[in-house]
Order: sequence, then structure tokens, then C-alpha cells
Amino acid sequence: MRHRLDIQIGPVAFRIGSAWKEPLDALARLYEPYPAPRDGLSDFTVRLEPEKPWRRFIRPSVAIKGDYVLPDAVPMALAHGLLAAEMGMNLQMALGQKRYLLLHASSAEKDGRAIIMTGESGAGKSTLAALLGERGWRLMGDEFALLDMDSGRLLPFPRAVSLKNGAIRVMEAEVEADRFGPRLEGTPKGDIRHMRPNGEALDRMGEGATPALILFPRFGEAQAIRAVGAAEVFMRLTQASTNYVNLGGRGFDALNRLIAANPALAIDYPDTDTAVGLVEDFWRELAA
Amino acid sequence: MRNAKLLVRALRDPASIGDWDWAGLVSAARAEQLIGSLAFRMAGRPVPRRVAEIFEAARFDAGQTRTQALWEAEMARRALAPLGVPVILMKGTAFHAAGLAASVGRSVGDLDIMVPRPSLDDVEAALLEAGWEHVKDSQGYDDSYYRRWMHELPPLIHRSRDRMIDVHHTILPLTARPRPNAQAMIDASVELENGLRILCPADIVIHAAAHLFADGDLAGGLRNLWDIDRLLREFDSPGFRQSLAERARLHQLRPAVARALRLSERLYGTPVDRSLAGRSSLADRLFEARLIARNGWGQERRKLLRFAFYLRGHWLRMPPLMLARHLWVKARSGA
Amino acid sequence: MAGPRYVADPEDLVRVVELDGLSALFHEPSGMTHIVAAPAPQILDMLRAAPADAAELLRRLRACYDFEGDEAAESIHARLEELETAGLVRRA
Repeated sequence: MRHRLDIQIGPVAFRIGSAWKEPLDALARLYEPYPAPRDGLSDFTVRLEPEKPWRRFIRPSVAIKGDYVLPDAVPMALAHGLLAAEMGMNLQMALGQKRYLLLHASSAEKDGRAIIMTGESGAGKSTLAALLGERGWRLMGDEFALLDMDSGRLLPFPRAVSLKNGAIRVMEAEVEADRFGPRLEGTPKGDIRHMRPNGEALDRMGEGATPALILFPRFGEAQAIRAVGAAEVFMRLTQASTNYVNLGGRGFDALNRLIAANPALAIDYPDTDTAVGLVEDFWRELAA
Repeated sequence: MRNAKLLVRALRDPASIGDWDWAGLVSAARAEQLIGSLAFRMAGRPVPRRVAEIFEAARFDAGQTRTQALWEAEMARRALAPLGVPVILMKGTAFHAAGLAASVGRSVGDLDIMVPRPSLDDVEAALLEAGWEHVKDSQGYDDSYYRRWMHELPPLIHRSRDRMIDVHHTILPLTARPRPNAQAMIDASVELENGLRILCPADIVIHAAAHLFADGDLAGGLRNLWDIDRLLREFDSPGFRQSLAERARLHQLRPAVARALRLSERLYGTPVDRSLAGRSSLADRLFEARLIARNGWGQERRKLLRFAFYLRGHWLRMPPLMLARHLWVKARSGA
Repeated sequence: MAGPRYVADPEDLVRVVELDGLSALFHEPSGMTHIVAAPAPQILDMLRAAPADAAELLRRLRACYDFEGDEAAESIHARLEELETAGLVRRA
């Protein structure tokens, strides 16, 4: 492949190849402070390729390939190459992660203990975690949380946060401009802007945490909190995991230990600041 | 890594570990569906830590694959037992069911079974009753073509488990030139403890060879050939060699088996029966080049070579007139 | 009319975890997880002890549990079908 970039995110190292320079330049700028994999090796390979040879130049379109692929994936415009690279990395995790139980969840840590936040797309888990990361918490991840099935620890995956539509404005108000990638408009998911986690999140990306709270946030509703029963938590977490079904008894045991050890709450909130308040209140209670 | 020679070497001789292109090796192995097999071959070897973790996860995953494959076989057994017809497991699932060396790290996609042709309708009905469904809304042409000429029912998928089953009645399409003797395969099949069956050792190898050449364009060939290497090493004996030669002739697949033996010897160093394998041919070199046409990024290389084999695969499955008609109808339908 | 007799896998092949009101089951032979509600766990216990058809099963359940009503018989058939599809019981 013509161009190459290697990135380490938490415990996972990616090797990303591209037929075009632009997507990797954008990726390199966004991921500039991230370490290169120490051993020069990678866990997964992503490839950004033209679907047909002439599509490298004529109406360039980026097919997302790699160790693990989605056969019917629609190629993306070169202008969205940065997004294609992100989706490529997501795909490797979603289809190829076999070591950790992969939860489609955001997470944040304080005092060595972590909140796991999961819910439907657009429910607000990414923005909530990103905001906590600016309010005294360490952002562990916005999209994937990795559960070590043997130790029960949660591992970080602090990739660049993928902010969509309204969330972009929320974070732009809090975070310095040089931590953002370009604004990508007209993508299949609407407007997107990537935001790099802060220095602390990156410095401590090798550090796990003990889970302490499972949260089901729901943005855009009147404020409400309720406890969530274990059976519902179990069902929602298995649905939120792409690899649970292939982890056998190990996954079953690990998930049950996680649920048995931690309270689970569903919170509805009209705006993210309210959510942060609710989380802080509950966290104080937990600590007491 | 320009091609998959390192992958072949790692499988063949894991002790020859050196300063290898590990990322290339892993990507090539994943692309060739050989990461599980490689991970087992490399178990305990002094590899870099990240690679050791990748291999460990791959071995764990292979165990899950095995469980799931055997479970699909068991559910098919439950659905078909009342019919009292022989149900013969094939390919990866058969290897796992019989605990063959070829099953170590072996990935499995669909469940492949073979049943006697007269029982096809009953088998299909029983599977549909037990929760399998037809896969796609096949156009009139494809479905009737399939049932008339192919060696299998149109694929079925289980509605809740989301796993596919391919029901064969012979090992090659009826339009292909070699006509293997399906009844002889059934007659020589071996019963397992749970009542399911597998082909006899010679037929397993013959099927693998047929599958490698006549049933496609050599895509996934490195894995198929690795199967053949593992099978030959496990089964090898004077009795087996005789049976293999006799049955290869019976099934009109002697050339395919001979070539499979030569290629397995060439790539994986398999000890083979020289009188059956014959001497290396010029064409063998082209086959080898096609098999290793995968680089360290996991990309397929050598497009022209691959296209030539793709055409060849279709040619072997269909006489020319039928192929022309088939391609024309497909083109018209915009497929 | 006696229907088919069913049997369930032995205890050591199925891990059960009680979660408020429901049970999570890990079935080793399939590697699959199922979430079931009463009377499924009770049915599995009964069929683990000894094979039974729907009528016999109903008798045993009535003997041990508070299992009333006409719908009970119908629901037994439905549960058995579900458990069979899930692979948790099979015909004996």
C-alpha cells in the first residue's frame, strides 16, 4: 500500500494502509499525540482502497477493507476518508476482537473506578462520556469498552470521539479548537466532527479501571432515574456486544460477575449538563 | 511480504521462526482463513508478545468455532434422525466431528452434509420444519437451475441461529465433467458415535481435492491444501494409498487428486505416493503462483492469473454453451 | 394421545444464573446463552431428572409447583416447542 500509519489506542494497535495520502494525513493530525505501537507490531490491519483501480483517480471512492470486512459495505467519498479510516478501525474491533468482551459503550473513570454507559445510537452516551472527560473524569472511550474476562477490569479505548450533529456544538463550547478534526458534512450519519480526548486520557490509555456503575443514558427526555433489574441489564449488555456470542462460557461468567457486582441505572435527561449532575450525585452516594 | 510464502513456511515449519514480518503473516493468515491453524502450529514458539496474544485469542476462537460447528451438526441430526437416511458430514465439520488432525484450528462456515439424492425432498422438508429457511428470494432461473444442475440444494439458513446448511447429494455439479460415484461414497461412509456419518478416509481426501480444483477458482486454496496435507499425513499407510488410488479412479478424479498431492508436497512437504502423484508439471507452477497470490497487507495479487483461474472454475463446472447462456441470463437480469 | 417424550441435558452442561425473575442459561454443547422465564427452568429440571411427554410433565409440575389453569396444558406445549428449537431439550 502506498501510504501507511500505525496507531495505538488503549491495548489495540492498528496498521492502516491507504491508496491516498489525504485520509492518513488527516488521521495523523487528529492522532498526533497518540503513541505509535511500541513493538512496531499491530493487532489489526485496515486498508483504504479504490473499489476498482480507476476509482483511485476518477470520482475517487474509498472502499473499507482490512483483516475483517463487511461484504456489502458501500464505498465512501474521498472527502470522507477520515471517517472511512475510523469505520475501518471500528469494523476490525466489532468483527475481530476476540480477546476482550467488547461492549458498544462509552466509559469514564474516576479514582480507579469506571462508569459503563450504553444505549442506542444517538442516545447520548458518547457526548456524556466526552463531557465527563472535561469535568474531572478520565475519558476511557466513547464507542467501545473492553472487558477483560479474567480480571473483570475495564480497559480503555480512547479513540477520537465521533461527534454527530448537535453534539458537535456542545463540545466545541468546552474544548480547545486544536483538538478537533475537520467538520465532515453530508456523511451517511449526517454531520460529523472528531474530537481528540485530552492529555490525561491519552497519557493513561494503558491503565484500566474497576467497573463500578452501569448506566443507560437517554438524551432528550424529562429528567428521570430508575434502577434497572439484572435481567434487563443482562439482555441489554449482550445486545450491546458484537462478540459476546462467540465467547462461550467465559463471556457468560464475566458478564454475570459484572452485573452482580455493580448497580445499574437508567437516566433520562433533557441536556448533557443535567446528566453530568445526575452522575456526580449518584457517584457521591456510591462512594459514601 | 509480496506473497504468502512466509505463511506457507510458518505452517510447514514453525520451528524455523526468525525475524518475520509478523503483521504481514497475521494479515495473510486471516485473509486465507488460516489464522486458527497457524495459531496452533505456533503454540509455545518464541514469538513477540503481541503476536502471542493474537495467537492465543485465535486458538480460543477456534475452540468456539468447533463448538458451534458441532452444534449445527447436532441440530441437523435431530431434525433428520426420524427420516432414517444416511447423513454424511463434510469438510470442516466432518474433521471436527471425527477429531481429525485437519480440524486443529480449522475455521468452519456453513454446515455441509451429503444425503442420498432420492431423499432430498424429505430432507429439505424436515429442515424447513425444524426452523431452516431458504436464503434468498431466488429468481425463477437461478432456483430451477440450481436444483437441476447443482450438486446441492439452494442454501438454507436457520431462522434463529442464523447459520447456513448446504445439503449435497454428490460432490460436484452434475454439469462438471468428472462424475464421482455418490452411491459409492455413501456405501463406504463411516458411522460416528452419534449416528452421523463421515466419508471414508480416501473419499475425504478425494472430496478435498475435487473441492480445491473443480469447484472453484482456487480462492481459499491454501487452506484447502493445508487440509489435504493434514489428512494425508494422518491417514498415510499402504492400505490407504491403495484405497486412494483406486477410489480416485472410481470417482474419475485421478488427475485432480494427483495434482493435489503434487501441490501439497510442493508447498507443505507432504510425503506422497509418487505413483499416484506423478511428476511435477509446468502447470503446477501456475497453480502454486495462484495459491500464494496474497501479500502481507492481505490483498490478493496477480489479477490476471486469478481471472484465468476464475474462468477455469466456471468452465469446469459448466459446458461452454451452458456457461454462455448462464452468463447471458445473469447479464440480462443485471446480476 | 401420548405426544413425543423429551429429555434435557444433565446439570453439568448448563450453567444457570438467577437474575431478578428470569434465568440466564449458558448451554455448553451449543455455546449459546438463553434467557428464560418460569416455567422453563422448572421444565428443564424435570426433564433432566427423567424423560417425559407433555402430559407427564404437566402432572409432575402440578405436583411440585403452583401450576393451575387450562392454559397450563397449552403453555406446556408451547414451552416445549421453544425449548426444542433452542436445543435445550430434545426428543428422547
